[in-house]
Amino acid sequence: MSFLRRKLDELKRPFAKGQKWEKYAPAINAFDTFLFVPNHTTHTGAHIRDAVDLKRTMVTVIIALMPALIYGIYNTGYQYYIQTGEAFTFLDAFIHGSWKIVPMIIVSYVVGLTIEFIFAVYRGHEVNEGYLVTGLLIPMIMPVDIPLWMVAISVAFAVLIAKEAFGGTGMNILNPALTARAFAFFAYPTYMSGNKVWVSEASTIDGVSGETILGTLAAGGNVNYSFFEMFQGSIPGSIAETSALFVVIGALILIATGVGSWRIMIGSVLGAAFVGFLFNLWGANALMSFSWVNHLVVGGFAFGVVFMATDPVSAAQTNKGKWVYGILVGVFCILIRVFNPAYPEGVMLAILLMNVFAPTIDHYVVQGNISKRKKRWANALKTT
Amino acid sequence: MSAGIRIHRGATINLKGQAEKILSDASPSKTFALKPDNFFGTLPRLMVKEGEKIAEGAPVFHVKKDPRIVFVSPVSGLVKEVRRGAKRKILKIIIEKDEGEKLSHKIPAFKSLDKKSVTDILLKTGAWPFIKQRPYGVMADPDVIPKSIYISTYASAPLDVDFEFLLKNHKEDFQKGIDVLNFLVDDPVSLSVDATFSGFFQNIKGVDLLPIKGPHPAGNVSVQIHKNNPLNVGEKVWEVRPEDVVNIGKLFSSGQFSAQRTVAVAGESVLQPQYVKTTYGAQISSITDISGVDNTQQNRFINGDVLTGKAEASDGHLDFYNNLLTIIPEGNHYRMFGWLPFMDNKIPSLSKTSLSWLLGNKGYSVDTNMNGEERAFVVTGEMEKVFPMDIYPMQLLKACMAGDIEKMEALGIYEVIPEDFGLIDYANTSKIEAQEIIREGIELMIKEVG
Repeated sequence: MSFLRRKLDELKRPFAKGQKWEKYAPAINAFDTFLFVPNHTTHTGAHIRDAVDLKRTMVTVIIALMPALIYGIYNTGYQYYIQTGEAFTFLDAFIHGSWKIVPMIIVSYVVGLTIEFIFAVYRGHEVNEGYLVTGLLIPMIMPVDIPLWMVAISVAFAVLIAKEAFGGTGMNILNPALTARAFAFFAYPTYMSGNKVWVSEASTIDGVSGETILGTLAAGGNVNYSFFEMFQGSIPGSIAETSALFVVIGALILIATGVGSWRIMIGSVLGAAFVGFLFNLWGANALMSFSWVNHLVVGGFAFGVVFMATDPVSAAQTNKGKWVYGILVGVFCILIRVFNPAYPEGVMLAILLMNVFAPTIDHYVVQGNISKRKKRWANALKTT
Repeated sequence: MSAGIRIHRGATINLKGQAEKILSDASPSKTFALKPDNFFGTLPRLMVKEGEKIAEGAPVFHVKKDPRIVFVSPVSGLVKEVRRGAKRKILKIIIEKDEGEKLSHKIPAFKSLDKKSVTDILLKTGAWPFIKQRPYGVMADPDVIPKSIYISTYASAPLDVDFEFLLKNHKEDFQKGIDVLNFLVDDPVSLSVDATFSGFFQNIKGVDLLPIKGPHPAGNVSVQIHKNNPLNVGEKVWEVRPEDVVNIGKLFSSGQFSAQRTVAVAGESVLQPQYVKTTYGAQISSITDISGVDNTQQNRFINGDVLTGKAEASDGHLDFYNNLLTIIPEGNHYRMFGWLPFMDNKIPSLSKTSLSWLLGNKGYSVDTNMNGEERAFVVTGEMEKVFPMDIYPMQLLKACMAGDIEKMEALGIYEVIPEDFGLIDYANTSKIEAQEIIREGIELMIKEVG
């Protein structure tokens, strides 16, 4: 360790204050702090600090994403092989999925982090760790056959427009990963919807029925999957969102470590279940009669609610606000699914919509606190 | 006696090096110092010159805006140095002790006292600075009638003192001090005590007893005011520290200014953590001579607790108000992959991304490492967990950063002082310097609103 440390210090010398590469210090610091928690000591404020930092928080989210990602890689291969009818092993499916997904992850990280580094150097602040999560989320919510250049453009759009244009990490209104998906969704609709994009290489194989469940429902078809298949996730869909089971494992990690807001997650589930249940009672068409329980496990609902709606920057920030925000995400998700067949999945648009309204929700929560205080002041003036 | 206050949100951080209940005298201190920075919001005007001889209890400087408020020397001696910093700001007035005279004041009979005469005596003798005022935590304004006076004997900060022990030899003086302070307010002063312990504070007369239960920051006066009878716009509340109640009591008994300061010297670097009796402004070395310090490592000397105290050099002097001197190791070392979840669990953490909560029974070792770097606000909800007031701390911080006075006021800036954000400094993921932001916010309020 001390050898590595010495080498690093040597390497960093030209980046020190007053040296010729001073401007590029954030770039080298990002690598250094990846290896070592720096030796900085407190100088103002509290003299001791908690062991937690943003890197640790973000890495916890990445760990929580792992079960869904690994299952997503496997499911990509699984969907491919059952459609072609070839015999396959777990490993075959996993390798097929890896060949598809690992390049997407690499492209996402390279493009996104390059932009982040440029902005860090340009603005003279350290590289924020937020993109470590965003960069992994973006490939996980894309259809498997999307061309890599589209991934690259979506990432660039999301980081530049959704994040850096607002001032960088912590300032963005919209969830950057969902913005990337929304961008791809509207810019390249043929690659993002329909019945040919959800199964690996489906467009090159004749006779594949790679329709998602919600797509089938929106088209008025019948669903041939059991509840268990939907829950476990052996169904077509975006790469890592199909398995509610592995998303729930991730959710438990986020809740146990306190990194993800359980208020938002539970609120969303309650909101979606309630609206789904109402539609079940109404039951005017196949979408409305689709059981509210199934609504919770199909499509990107579980994934979106656990990993996207809980993004602390774009979600509501007050505890009361988180409940309202979560419930409305669930409500709008089901409403969009049922009433707007052009968008079979509603969770992306529901979360983006609520991202926009989150500051408003917080405003009213905080305003409530302010009114209470001002009322107290007025009462105090009256009595004196 | 009021129903008491029960605090739920907050955190007790159990550190190694709690002071043992042994009371020793400090070794003789050669020099004593007064630091104008100890008095928030005060611009000093010197009343002595370098090389001048002064008596014990003689004024050294006064508040520029209000010459009645004087700060007096804890010892007789020679004004050795007026140490100045940038823009000639006065940092320290150092007095070299000798065996000179001690000022005496004539105190009228207790029965003949009233608010005005008590105020005049406190001002004249230099005991007025013992009283601080909310909002903002500044010097009390002698011309206002405060809504109430709070005295908190419940100290909840890490390694904080036990006032029952610290003042056990001064029960009469404490009662006398309370009686004097009662002249200054209409309602009896509020005395907050540890609800789980019964000692002599429970038997003090002429007070509104406020039993407190719960984790830090339950001992902070802001929290107690907020829960008991929150501060409204335009109102003033005063605060006196328990040992200063004794000092005021002694002044009215003897006619001589008392600068007594009993300091608990605590922290992992202290060899024999204990209580040491001295006066404010004494040399830190006169205390560490008694307790010993582990000099095999670099240490940080903190006047006050680890969350809100001020760093001081090892050859520096005590601050005016603190009853605690904390000494902990510096943390200028690297930790490889220390940012991984569940790494280095020996570092105390309120986050569940660490297993430190399993290891805290015998107290944690801490150092001054930042354990990360400053980042933008990202994580939400964590500040509220350690902030027991009905105030949105993150929103208030953002209002202070934006300098939005109207919003700061609406969000409750009058009810907080920087120390209330000590735990937020400690606990927040993005390493935001919350106390600094609040201090700047309050300075802006004083400048713009007054």
